[in-house]
Amino acid sequence: MTELSHQERAQRIANRLAQRHASERRFRALGFFAVALSALVLAFLLVTMTANAVGGFKRAELAFKLDLSGGMLQIDPSQLAGDNPASALETAGLRDVLQFAAAKALGDKAASELDPDAWRDVARKIAADPALLNTSFDVSLPASDDLASGLRGDGAPAMVALANDLAAKGQLSTRFDPGFLTRSDATSPQSVGIWGALKGSMLTMLVTLALAFPIGVFAAVYLEEFAPRNRWTDLIEVSINNLAAVPSIIFGLLGLALFLTIFPYWRSAPLIGGMTLALMTMPVIVISGRNAIKAVPPSIRDAALAVGASKVQTVFHHVLPLALPGILTGTIIGMARALGETAPLLMIGMKAFVATAPAGFTSPSSVLPVQIFLWSDEINRGFVERTSAAIIVLLMFLLVMNGTAIYLRNRFENRW
Amino acid sequence: MTNFHDLDPVEARIAARGVSVYYGDKRAIDNVSIDISDEYVTAFIGPSGCGKSTFLRALNRMNDTILGARVEGEIKLDGEDIYKSGMDVVQLRARVGMVFQKPNPFPKSIYENVAYGPRIHGLSTSKAELDEIVERSLKRAGLWEEVKDRLTESGTALSGGQQQRLCIARAIAVEPEVILMDEPCSALDPIATAKIEELIAELRGRYAIVIVTHSMQQAARVSQRTAFFHLGKMVEYGKTSEIFTNPREERTKDYITGRYG
Repeated sequence: MTELSHQERAQRIANRLAQRHASERRFRALGFFAVALSALVLAFLLVTMTANAVGGFKRAELAFKLDLSGGMLQIDPSQLAGDNPASALETAGLRDVLQFAAAKALGDKAASELDPDAWRDVARKIAADPALLNTSFDVSLPASDDLASGLRGDGAPAMVALANDLAAKGQLSTRFDPGFLTRSDATSPQSVGIWGALKGSMLTMLVTLALAFPIGVFAAVYLEEFAPRNRWTDLIEVSINNLAAVPSIIFGLLGLALFLTIFPYWRSAPLIGGMTLALMTMPVIVISGRNAIKAVPPSIRDAALAVGASKVQTVFHHVLPLALPGILTGTIIGMARALGETAPLLMIGMKAFVATAPAGFTSPSSVLPVQIFLWSDEINRGFVERTSAAIIVLLMFLLVMNGTAIYLRNRFENRW
Repeated sequence: MTNFHDLDPVEARIAARGVSVYYGDKRAIDNVSIDISDEYVTAFIGPSGCGKSTFLRALNRMNDTILGARVEGEIKLDGEDIYKSGMDVVQLRARVGMVFQKPNPFPKSIYENVAYGPRIHGLSTSKAELDEIVERSLKRAGLWEEVKDRLTESGTALSGGQQQRLCIARAIAVEPEVILMDEPCSALDPIATAKIEELIAELRGRYAIVIVTHSMQQAARVSQRTAFFHLGKMVEYGKTSEIFTNPREERTKDYITGRYG
């Protein structure tokens, strides 16, 4: 073969160069397309969710004047300060008084479409401010389920007519319902709330974090820094990697068989849910923790050992602080997965109807994803928007959790 | 057999006899014997992979951290075998400090870098005492004037040469008897190198210093004793002046005249 002339060589390079540029452009276009597509899907999800959820944070309410003047309600003020002011007011006849006032203001037909639990709102209001007794004040109380459907336009024709009539008079309207964030599950979409499930999720996540984080980190540190390299540690490593890939419902079965056998009375308690989810989260933390520890430059270990630090001091003073950002990233991923997990919690009975917020770690509770799952299964159309609102609450919780972890990670992030 | 020059009898701080180091089945150091004294700076020279760094790391048991590393023979520090069972490596490393090839300050403040050693060994009982140790160590490392106003800044924000002097300050803060330096200037520019070499000259006599270097000029400048390593064996050990002007071994001569390495 003869040697190429300068010109020929330049020509060949130029030919190849066009190809190289083209492939580079192609790759960048593909990458851009991929990112744009994901952004589009995300935007679509968020927009539809938010649009639906706006309705979920509202409910149809009947507004009228409640006149309690002239001793309509005879009640001893000391009872209002007692344990159960609601039942005291009920005994005093609050329900009838309310029904009467509603009938007077709205008409009999509309008054019968007041939500059966509407009097509880009034009771809460009076208990909070006893001075309201013997006065006349405005109330806005939840309409019944049927009337709410009527207002949406998908109820029975008679209800739609009634709703339109009341709405035209300004007596029925959808109002922002802050109670959604403070109430718990109920049978009627008009009086459901997310607080029970939200608190249940918080308690469950606390248990999961408290168990999975320390155990995961210590396991990662031990395996990476102290364990001898032999068949046993290889076996443990393989097992942990496999554990991270086990379908979550299996962990639910494990929780059912193990924890609920030991603690049969804590069915659907956040403690048991948290323990089950911790089983699932721990391998993720171990794996990411080991990678983060591996990524700490060996020179830092040498430096510490060379001034006479012991192995434990080297790990806890130098390696772990440097690995912490990576460990936290793994923890975020694990916790986010645990927060969204439904299947294993169904296995340990966390799908029960729980109408009150859990008092503690061992009281029956629901969690957000299960609550969403249950509401999405409801026939009543009113639950559709409530479900979207619950999803937004779940996403917000996720955002707050991840935001905290990212903030912590940035605080611990060091340069070397 | 290793060719020892006739040396003035000195009290050996470290005495190594018949030391071999293995990495798994591979023998990296083969039957090395050497005395290291307080009075001199001892340089280990030799081509890459000749085992000089391995031997250096055997002197404070840093090889313990390497999987499969094994040491045979005897290394005595002040007459005490450092590989005997029951020897506390933490205490050993407090007595035999080390400075590495790449400056490796902790990603913490300059003060914390120097204070770390004294703190974990409990050398100071009060903050004032610790401040004093930090100041003294930084002064001895010739870094005090440059950093005294920014002790709280990160050690990693310093220049390469300053970082290496910080590492030296960190090593001398625990008042070791021996300082091992593993190519301390290989990542530094000539000016920073000159400063480190000056520093070594100043520290000589206070600590026994062993330096591994690739640069024969550096060995000639800073050391009084030189050991030449080749293929895991110590070929020749003697006064630096004699090694460089009148080597007894053909291989030493070839190496210092730049025939290989």
